[in-house]
Amino acid sequence: MGNPNKAMADKGIMRWVDERFPATQMWQEHLSKYYAPKNFNFWYFFGSLAMLVLVNQILTGIWLTMSYNPSAEGAFASVEYIMRDVEWGWLIRYLHSTGATAFFVVVYLHMFRGLLYGSYKAPRELVWIFGMAIYLALMAEAFMGYLLPWGQMSYWGAQVIISLFSAIPVIGPDLTQWVRGDFLISGITLNRFFALHVVALPIVILALVVLHIIALHEVGSNNPDGIDIKKKKDETGKPLDGIPFHPYYTVKDVVGVAVFLFVFAVVIFYFPEGGGYFLEKPNFEPANPLKTPDHIAPVWYFTPFYAILRAINFSVFGLDAKFLGVIFMGAAIAVLFVLPWLDRSAVRSIRYKGWISKVMLVLFAVSFIVLGVLGVLPTTDGRTVVAQLCTAVYFAFFLLMPIYTRLEKTKPVPERVTG
Amino acid sequence: MKKQLFALLLALVPFTAMAAGGASVPYSMTPDLDDKASLQRGMQLYTNYCMGCHSLEHQRFARAADDLNMPQDLVEENLIFSSDLAFNDQMHIAMGEGDAEAWFGAAPPDLTLESRLRGTDWIYSYLLSFYKDPSTGTGVNNAVFDLVSMPNVLEPLQGVQEMVCAETDRPVEGAELDPLTGKYQSCDVLQVTQPGELEPDEFEEAVYDLTNFLAYVGEPSKLQAQALAPKVLIFIFIFGVIAYLLKREYWRDIH
Repeated sequence: MGNPNKAMADKGIMRWVDERFPATQMWQEHLSKYYAPKNFNFWYFFGSLAMLVLVNQILTGIWLTMSYNPSAEGAFASVEYIMRDVEWGWLIRYLHSTGATAFFVVVYLHMFRGLLYGSYKAPRELVWIFGMAIYLALMAEAFMGYLLPWGQMSYWGAQVIISLFSAIPVIGPDLTQWVRGDFLISGITLNRFFALHVVALPIVILALVVLHIIALHEVGSNNPDGIDIKKKKDETGKPLDGIPFHPYYTVKDVVGVAVFLFVFAVVIFYFPEGGGYFLEKPNFEPANPLKTPDHIAPVWYFTPFYAILRAINFSVFGLDAKFLGVIFMGAAIAVLFVLPWLDRSAVRSIRYKGWISKVMLVLFAVSFIVLGVLGVLPTTDGRTVVAQLCTAVYFAFFLLMPIYTRLEKTKPVPERVTG
Repeated sequence: MKKQLFALLLALVPFTAMAAGGASVPYSMTPDLDDKASLQRGMQLYTNYCMGCHSLEHQRFARAADDLNMPQDLVEENLIFSSDLAFNDQMHIAMGEGDAEAWFGAAPPDLTLESRLRGTDWIYSYLLSFYKDPSTGTGVNNAVFDLVSMPNVLEPLQGVQEMVCAETDRPVEGAELDPLTGKYQSCDVLQVTQPGELEPDEFEEAVYDLTNFLAYVGEPSKLQAQALAPKVLIFIFIFGVIAYLLKREYWRDIH
């Protein structure tokens, strides 16, 4: 393949640019001379896929904005206009709506990879925290985007979530009104959500993605063994177990992209509604403030946290159940931010951790999925008990981590990566 | 770990049925958007029997003509009855919302997205489930939508249907199966007591066509999606194979 960097530097135009802007230097630092461990497995596809979906959301979002009408009177009809009268509008819209689901799928798998191999542990704490900030911004972005089609579920979903602010003592009711900008969800709320969804939050997310990657490239990528590959270098200073990200991982990630796009395209062309989970049925009816749908459920990627919110149906210390639920839901996300300091294990990867960590991780994953399922369903007494149990497991995974990661016996970590 | 996750995903499959939500309905139908004749008959029924009250605000005559293979002059002659509407217009109705509310108690809803909101099984079942009930204002009730304010506009075709005690092949909740006849005895059986223009099975076909048309109207892009999908998937597949071979070539010197 030759040496593309040398070839580039030799060319007059590249030299001219490099004297004014570190183009070749950036290319090398982040791609051609960024050494990544050679033993990345299946779980390592989802970072680059998240980037791909982000680009998809931004491009399709720009084109949707060209035909969307952000007003209570025109929003719903303009979405149908996009679906029917705009050339390829249906495809652009489904790419965007299915893209939201795909974004959360790849981000959840990406985060789970972090949990599996301890990618949050020192020195990657900031990589993890920037990532969590992206996740938080993504949730806000998705929540606000869901209001824009102005269907029944858009309206009532937003109504339920915004009303959570009213549970905050003293300032709650005024805060809720301030967020909505009106006494109820109205065109004013729609307009501000539109501004935040298409301008403010995308800027925040893009900035955070840059920070996430700069932090990652400063400390280097973790790997399934959780070994520091920089400890073993050859005489030229290259890590023995590292390979240049480009071309090795760029070509490998392209294979992942092809597999992802195949699945993504099948959903877009054949199941764009995702059985009612990606586009909910009541959303095919325009928002009506006078008619509450029989059953209000958030989109699937929010349901684990929604289930935690509903699981808290008791009051403690004079705090009412709703406010306590909000606190638990917030804590469920907040606790992820401090994860790097909860894990006291001597090893990073689950491969070398003790059995308690393995059991806890499986229990955590199961409880997260069960909460996700419960969040879709209407509550019953039995389901509430299950949700409470899963909420307890969810928090136990994090809060007991300082104890069980220190107590358990870990396996010896090999010197070199194990393929 | 991978296997465990896969097992979990499999365990979630039954829940996909729950997303559909809503109450169960007695009949089911599978739309067939390739059956243009059915869609054309459905549109004819819609414009003749439904469009007096129910608009299709987002559906254009021209788009339907194009998708259902109907020439413009035929559509203009046979399907557009209002002089206010042109071939390129959306299928609006003349009745004002205020008037509609005064006459019916509730304005008849726009039906463009009805098939996506309630599902085609619901529409199909609803249209088949009107029965005579002198206690209501319209003289009919509906087994799927109790006390609906809509009259049975298809009665000239269907005839008069009544709820009677009879035997039926279809399982009925709470009814006992007769082991000899293999039928259920129920007093919730809908039976045509005064014949209409169509035989019962002809009427079911007509309702199928009408529901099929509403399935098309709910998502006309489905026709384009179905046509495009195989091409896109084959392209991505070939791209994937080439990408994999390229990856294998590059990675030959690693390990």
